[in-house]
Amino acid sequence: MTNKQLLSRIAQILVVLLGISFITFALVMLSPGDPVRQMIAGNEDIIVSQQEIDALRHELGLDKPFIFQYLDWLGRAVQGDFGFSYMVKKPVVEQLMESLPATVILALASTVFMLLVSIPAGIYSAVKHGSVFDYVVRGLTFIGVSVPNFWMGLMLLWIFGLKLRLLPIVGGRVSLETLILPALTLGIVMASKFTRQVRTAVLEELNQDYVVGARARGMSENHILWKEVLPNAMLPLITLLGLSFGNLLGGAAVVEIVFSWPGLGYLAVQSIIYRDFQLVQGIVLWIALMYMVINLIIDASYNHLDPRLRKAGR
Amino acid sequence: MLLEVKDLNISYGDKLTVSGVDLELNTGEIMSIVGESGSGKTTVIRAIMGCLPGRGHVSGGSIIFEGRDMLKNTPKEWRQLCGREMSMIFQDSGNMINPIRRIGEQFVNYIRTHAPEKTKAKAVEMAKDMLNKVRLPNPESIMQSYPFELSGGMRQRVGIAMAMVFRPKLLLADEPTSALDVTTQAQIIRQIVDIRNEFGVAVILVTHNLGVASYVSNKLVVMKNGRVVESGKREVISDPQDAYTKELLAAVPVVGEVKYYDR
Repeated sequence: MTNKQLLSRIAQILVVLLGISFITFALVMLSPGDPVRQMIAGNEDIIVSQQEIDALRHELGLDKPFIFQYLDWLGRAVQGDFGFSYMVKKPVVEQLMESLPATVILALASTVFMLLVSIPAGIYSAVKHGSVFDYVVRGLTFIGVSVPNFWMGLMLLWIFGLKLRLLPIVGGRVSLETLILPALTLGIVMASKFTRQVRTAVLEELNQDYVVGARARGMSENHILWKEVLPNAMLPLITLLGLSFGNLLGGAAVVEIVFSWPGLGYLAVQSIIYRDFQLVQGIVLWIALMYMVINLIIDASYNHLDPRLRKAGR
Repeated sequence: MLLEVKDLNISYGDKLTVSGVDLELNTGEIMSIVGESGSGKTTVIRAIMGCLPGRGHVSGGSIIFEGRDMLKNTPKEWRQLCGREMSMIFQDSGNMINPIRRIGEQFVNYIRTHAPEKTKAKAVEMAKDMLNKVRLPNPESIMQSYPFELSGGMRQRVGIAMAMVFRPKLLLADEPTSALDVTTQAQIIRQIVDIRNEFGVAVILVTHNLGVASYVSNKLVVMKNGRVVESGKREVISDPQDAYTKELLAAVPVVGEVKYYDR
């Protein structure tokens, strides 16, 4: 990827972020519920008059026309100020930074688990396709991709938390013992999907003409598998891996809620429930940014790894 | 006799696809196998090379190469023979090497698989030498190229260079000119004849181009529906006996009253 292409990709990302910020801003505005009342509802012992509500609304700039509210927000955002979250009584950026480590840890742990399971299983299944192992892998992964995240999470909680009493049921903090179950939940579901993709990619490469060519040249099966087929099969998988990882960095809302894992997904759900506009906006932008940045990295590495793209880009 | 195939049957699963094929080939001879698509030509040479795809297997008869019963080969013995004693070129040899690795790297890998005692530098030298022999300009830059960067004709020459690097005794060519334009076809065919003359290799050429077949061959075999319908020397074309051979010949385009294969 040339510098020029890189710059244009970054410009694209900025345009998309602008569009996303506008749409989320509009959607939050359109959704029912009044953030001012919601803010006050937290303190039920205080009785507030309509005047006070109006004053607060004015103070927050919520009485201005929509477009001005958006421009106000945008003006501050480009200076790095994404507003103040009244749910947690902190600047949005600060809260994002606080929730981020938990999400990154969960994303890394589940991705590592996924890779450790799916790469060997997928390769072996492709090489021995049609064997008993292959059928078992295909059966298990079929179940894995069909099961919803939250159900898998609840089952694991029930087995390891309630029945075996090996792991804590109550989360809410970041530690090794609370990490295992959510990482396993995400990991199992993702590994099921990825194993199938690895299997398909390897199987497809094994059927390529160059494999026939290599056999006709008397190359060993080991050489063909490890030096030719696998590197080629990894190319399409890198994209899929990047997309899943990008997704995880945005927070895995359902799993984080099930296990009360204090990451971005959990924060996102809370902020929507509390109609904390500024925080919702900040999280959505972060998710979009992560997704696009990871995509950019993937594309750049792809360009580097596949000579056909590299040379075409010149 | 370099290669003797007797009463060869080939099946896919339980289904018999090729039956009763007899072939005899001496060192330095070129034999063409012609026939329509699906007649089993490619299947026969793949069987000789021991690389039938999927559930394909030899279900009867024998293949004797240099006095050796090929059907008794272990996979390891096949690997030692293929690419060294006998080698193959394909319709598009560029597709038969890894698209995302440099040609030189793959060429050197291949040489050192069969000759591990050779140093990398020596293997590079052998590869370049061979690329020179098939008249590829600038072997240095070919070695640094990826398959997709070369034209069809150049890729085919790379295929021939790789196939011939170990001076095999038998070269199997699977429709080596079908994917090329007419001018390049002629060059590649001439290249194969030159290679035969220089190295004394025996060639089996699978083609559906009767013009090419009659131009280069010492022997011709006509196949249809998995059977040999006619075989012999050039008289197969000048005086065809079988109805199918006559049909094939009638299908050759006529240019100015002269059949393409008469030139």
